[in-house]
Amino acid sequence: MPPSNAELHQLNARLVWAGFKQLVPLSLFVIAFGAAFGLAATQAELSEFSAILMSTLVFAGASQFAALELWGPEVPLFTLLLTVFAINARHLLMGATLYPWLCHLPSARRYGVMLVASDANWAMAIQAFARNQPGLGLLLGGGLALWSFWIFGTWLGIYFGGVIQDPKSLGLDMVMGCFLLAMVVGGEKNLRMLLIWTVAACSSLLAYWYLPENSHVVVGALAGGIVGLVWLEQHHEH
Amino acid sequence: MNIETAGLGTLALILAMAAVTLATRWGGVFVMSFIPVGYRVKQFINAMSGSVLVALLAPMAVDGDNGARLALLTTAVVMLLFKKPLPAIAAGILAAALFRQF
Repeated sequence: MPPSNAELHQLNARLVWAGFKQLVPLSLFVIAFGAAFGLAATQAELSEFSAILMSTLVFAGASQFAALELWGPEVPLFTLLLTVFAINARHLLMGATLYPWLCHLPSARRYGVMLVASDANWAMAIQAFARNQPGLGLLLGGGLALWSFWIFGTWLGIYFGGVIQDPKSLGLDMVMGCFLLAMVVGGEKNLRMLLIWTVAACSSLLAYWYLPENSHVVVGALAGGIVGLVWLEQHHEH
Repeated sequence: MNIETAGLGTLALILAMAAVTLATRWGGVFVMSFIPVGYRVKQFINAMSGSVLVALLAPMAVDGDNGARLALLTTAVVMLLFKKPLPAIAAGILAAALFRQF
């Protein structure tokens, strides 16, 4: 019998450790990403300490790379923060999607768990909930795995940056894309979802081409959500 | 407003970036705590969670090189056939790596 809805939000040391272990295989690729960031940071003349501090406190790869593009003797503060916000705005949606389970936790835990929310562990957690399994251990444990490997990778890239000369030729730039796609394909598949995904993809592309930079994820996700609101799933009476 | 990266400037910039990112991690949860989660909100959230991923992936597939497209295609096919994420991801990366060698 599947656990009742009340148990899905449970969070204990065993679940966190299991979540950590489940994200370790992916975290090995995260090290490679982190190393690419560490290398790029040294090239942008960020000090070793600053690069590691950024990975530790910001922990959001795409926005960190974007920050390096703006780095120099002087950095435009507003442009930097707007870029970081736009790229990371998807976290807002991710937090919202987790709320039905997070709301059972006391505030400190609820916001504590979100400290390490990122694409991969969020996707795993949502998948677990969809299968009627507890997911917050994946979110926290997996997040801790990704976070520590991200910092370690950054350090590695700073001191041994030459190790991975060309991550792209090894396909390493596709790790996150392939991972997220596997999550999509592994999820619920029916005509309703197909329509939602199509609308999300098309609006994301339109935003990508015609709207301000980095707005496409939020636009696509909201468009998909609205379709889901218009075409409601068959209401299973309880 | 420009911030000099000499001295404490870098530290201030990194702290500001961290604060903005943290606001995105906490903001969605915070806003939702004012919204009653009923059936319609759940449907919206459920549709949105898949859409976040699709919206991330679409430009990657359309704007990427053929290696990127082949990687995504391979992952999708392997995932449909075997329903196991790790082999699907590995196959996708391998496909991109092999394609880009030639």
